[in-house]
Amino acid sequence: MNPILIAGGRVIDPSTGADDIADVYLVGGRVEAVGRNIDVPAGVRRIDAAGKVVAPGLVDIHVHLREPGQENVETVATGAMAAAAGGFTAVCAMPNTDPVTDNQAAVGFIVRQSQRAKKARVYPIGAISLGQRGEQLAEFGEMVGAGAVAVSDDGHPVVSSHLMRTALEYAKTFGIPVADHCEEPTLARGSMHEGVVSTRLGLPGIPAAAEEIMVARDTILAELTGGHVHLCHMSTRGSVDLIRRAKDKGLAVTAEATPHHFALTHERCDGYDTNAKMNPPLREAEDREAIRQALKDGTIDAIASDHAPHHYDAKERAFDEAPNGIIGLETAFGVAMRELVEGGYLSLSELLFRMSTQPARIFSLPGGSLAVGGPADVAVFDPAVRWKVDPAQSFSKSRNTPFAGETLVGRADLTVVRGEIVFERGA
Amino acid sequence: MPGVTLLLDAQAISRALSRMASEIIERSQGTDGLLLVGIQRRGVELADRLAALIEQDQGVTLPRGKLDITLYRDDLQTVGPSPVVAETRLPDDLDGRTVVIVDDVLYTGRTVRAALDEFADFGRPRRILLCVLVDRGGRELPIQADIVGLTVRTGPNDRVDVRVRELDGRDAVELVSER
Amino acid sequence: MTAPSLGKDLLGLQSLSATQIQHILDTAEPFKAVSERRIKKVPALRGKTIVNLFFEPSTRTRISFEFAEKRLSADTVNVASIGSSVSKGENLVDTARNLEAMRIDMVVIRHGSSGAAQFLGERIRSNVVNAGDGKHEHPTQALLDMLTLRDHFGRLEGLKVALCGDILHSRVARSNIWGLTKLGVEVAVCGPASLMPLGVRDLGVTVLPRIEDAIAWADALNILRLQLERMESGYIPSVREYNRVFGVTAERLARAPKDLLILHPGPMNRGVEIDSDVADGPHSVILPQVTNGIAVRMAVLYLLVGEARDWAGAASAEGMEDSE
Repeated sequence: MNPILIAGGRVIDPSTGADDIADVYLVGGRVEAVGRNIDVPAGVRRIDAAGKVVAPGLVDIHVHLREPGQENVETVATGAMAAAAGGFTAVCAMPNTDPVTDNQAAVGFIVRQSQRAKKARVYPIGAISLGQRGEQLAEFGEMVGAGAVAVSDDGHPVVSSHLMRTALEYAKTFGIPVADHCEEPTLARGSMHEGVVSTRLGLPGIPAAAEEIMVARDTILAELTGGHVHLCHMSTRGSVDLIRRAKDKGLAVTAEATPHHFALTHERCDGYDTNAKMNPPLREAEDREAIRQALKDGTIDAIASDHAPHHYDAKERAFDEAPNGIIGLETAFGVAMRELVEGGYLSLSELLFRMSTQPARIFSLPGGSLAVGGPADVAVFDPAVRWKVDPAQSFSKSRNTPFAGETLVGRADLTVVRGEIVFERGA
Repeated sequence: MPGVTLLLDAQAISRALSRMASEIIERSQGTDGLLLVGIQRRGVELADRLAALIEQDQGVTLPRGKLDITLYRDDLQTVGPSPVVAETRLPDDLDGRTVVIVDDVLYTGRTVRAALDEFADFGRPRRILLCVLVDRGGRELPIQADIVGLTVRTGPNDRVDVRVRELDGRDAVELVSER
Repeated sequence: MTAPSLGKDLLGLQSLSATQIQHILDTAEPFKAVSERRIKKVPALRGKTIVNLFFEPSTRTRISFEFAEKRLSADTVNVASIGSSVSKGENLVDTARNLEAMRIDMVVIRHGSSGAAQFLGERIRSNVVNAGDGKHEHPTQALLDMLTLRDHFGRLEGLKVALCGDILHSRVARSNIWGLTKLGVEVAVCGPASLMPLGVRDLGVTVLPRIEDAIAWADALNILRLQLERMESGYIPSVREYNRVFGVTAERLARAPKDLLILHPGPMNRGVEIDSDVADGPHSVILPQVTNGIAVRMAVLYLLVGEARDWAGAASAEGMEDSE
C-alpha cells in the first residue's frame, strides 16, 4: 500500500478526546503521524479533507452477512463493501448462517472471505451452541483460534440459563464476550411491540417484559460468573434501568443499541409496512428517549446496526408472515447524526466514540483510535451533507430499509482500511 | 348564464293533471284493476295527485305503488359513486292489473326501460301504460308515452325541471337552457 | 343524488367517517326488501365478476357474500385455500397478480394475517372487500350488527352496547368498536383480563370486568365466540369455567334491569359463551343478524362497484405477456 496524507480536516480522535484541524499521515498500514502541516515526501497521495471530519473508522459489532447459505441477499464481500460505504472499517458477523458458524472451519471461511474482499474487516462471531440449538457448547477455543472475536446465538435467545451460565464461565478462558439476544420466547410470540398500536392493527404483540426478563437474568449471571455479557440491540427503558444498575455494581455488562431503536417508534408499523418489522420490535416514544439518554450517559456502550438483509419477495408479504430485520450499514451514521447530534443528545465526538472507539474496546478489536502506530483504519466524513436514501443505490444486495426516501445528515466520503482506500465516494 | 323559461305554472299543471286523470280513466276503460305507480322521486307525488283526482271523480279507492329504478339502471358508472336508493313498494297482486307508470319527465326512455325490467321481476300485469307530465323528446330507445301533459322540443344542453309543492314548496315546470 | 364515496376498497371501519357508515346502513334498507321479493334479484351488478378468496375456512360468511353477489346478478367464483402445501405469503402476492390479469372486478378476501386485505388492495385495481383479516377488522359483520341494532331501537346514538368475550383476538370486536363509537354509541368491553388487549381504553371504550356488570349496564350485548384454542394457549383454564364465570345464561339475564338485546356473530358455542335458552330466546336477534348480513353485503358491493375502473390502460402497461 502507498502512503496517504489526509490533510486539513477536522480530526476527531474519541479515544483521546482530541478535536482539531490537523493532518493524518498513513504509512505502511499504520498511523504514522497526526498533526498540523505534516511534511511528507513528494508523490504521496494527498486527500483534501477541508470541511470534512477525519476519524477512526466506525466499528459495527453486530451485522448479519448471510454467507454461507443466503448469498442471494448478501455475502461477506457485498456486506464489507456496504460497510465501507457507511464509514465502517470493521464489522462483526453474527453466526446465524446456514450452516451455522459453530466450528473452526466455518470461522476460518469467514476470515478468508473477508481477506479476499479487501473492504472493511469482517470479524466472525462464533455460535454459543452447536447449530444454535441451545443444547451443547460449541468449541470456543477452536473458534477463537481461527479468528472468532466473540460468541453469540443471536437470532435466537439462549433459553437455558444453565447454558448461558456455563458459556459465560467458559468464555472467560478466552477473554471473549458472550453476546445475548435477550428474548423470553414464550412471551415473544408476536410481530410487533405490544401496545396501543398493536391493538389497533390487530397484530400479536411482544411486551417489553420479554426482553427485560432476559436482561435481568443475564446481569444476574454476569454477577454469578464474573464473565462478560454483552447485551444485543437493547430496546426498552426497563432494560436501560437494569443495565444501569448492573454497571453501578461494577459488573462486566456491556450493551448496544441500533439506529432504528433510537430513531423510530411502533407507530411506524401503521399501514403494515414490513420494513418496520424487526426483532426486538420498535417500541414506544419513552423507550426511544431512554435509549438516547443511555447512549449519552454510557449505560449503552455502543451503536450497532444489526444489519439484516432480506430478499424483496420475503418482505413482500402480510406483516406477520414477513421476516424480521432491516439493513443498516449505509444509513447508520446518517441516522445517528440526525437523531442524536442534530437532536442535541451527543456531540459529534461523543457519537464517534459510541460508533468507533467503544465498540472496538468492548470487543477488544484493533481500531477505534488514531493513535500513532495503530492500524490505518480511518474514515473521512462529510458531517453536513443532507442526502436522500435511495435503496437502489445501496452497495448491499438487499433493499429492506424503512429510511427509503428520507433525508439523512452526514455520510462517509472516504474509507481507509489497513492503509488502503476501500471506498471513495464519487470515484 | 342559464336561461330559465316557465313552461307551466301551478294553475297550468293543475289543469293538465285534471285532463290526464280523465285520459287515464278513458284509456283503461274504467278503474277496475287500475294501479298507479309513481317513479321515484317526483313521479310518486304526481301519481298521488292523479290517483286523488280519479278517486274524487269516480268515487273509488285506488291502490298506489312506488318504484325506485336505481338498481335497474343500465349506466351504473355514470351515476357516480354512492347513489341513493329510495323505496320501492308494490302490491302483491300485479297479475291481471292495468298499471299506469307515472313519471315527471320522459326524455331518453332509459328510466322507463329500467322500470319495465323491474316490473317483470314482480309479476305480470295485463297491461302497462305510461303517463308523464312532460315529454321533452330526445328518445334513445323505442318508448312512447300514452298520456302526456305537455310536449316540448328541447336540445341536449337543456334541462326540464319539474317542481312539486310536496318536495320543493311550489309547482312549476321550467326549461333551463345553457347559453 | 350521491353521498360520500367509499373509495376503492372496504378494508375496515376505522378509516370511514360516520357519514359514510350511515350511508352504507341506509343503502342496506332497499336491499333488505329485495330478499323478501318473489324474485330475489336485481340486475345492478350484472356482468361483474367477483372472486371470494377465503384463506380461512368459513361457511356462513362466504355463503352470505355469495348470496349477496348472486342477488345483485354478479358472476361469482369461490376460491378456498387450504394453505397447507403452499406458503401463505407467496400465495397472496401471486394470487393478487393473477386476479388482476383476469380482470376480476371485485375480490372478497378473508385471510389469517392482519393487514392482508390492505396488502391486496394496494396491489390490484379490483375493489377489495375485507371479509376478515387476522385480528384486525371484519367490517361487514360490524355493519350488520349496527343495522340490527338500529332496526330494533330505531336509532344508534346514545345506545349502550357491551362486547363480551375474547376481545384480544377478535376482529369483530375491533370493527364494532370503530363503527359504534363513530355513530355515538357508548361501548363497553367485557371479558377475562387475559383476553383483553393492552391499551383498549384508548379506543374509546369502558372495560367492565364481570359479565354481571355488562348485563346491568347495557341495552344490547354482542356476545363473541370463544375459540377453543384459547385454552390450549393458556389464556383461560377451561370452557366450563368460562361458562360459569362469563357465560350469558338465562339466570344472569333475568336479573337485567331492562330487556337486553342479544347479538352473536356466530357460529355459537352453545353452553360456552351463550346458553341455548338465551340464543333461542325472545331477546335474541341472532337470526335477523344473518338476514341483515346479506343486505349489508349487497349494499357494500353495490356502493363499491360504482367506482369506475379503467382496464384499457392496464393492457398497454403490462405489455404482451405469454400465458402459461
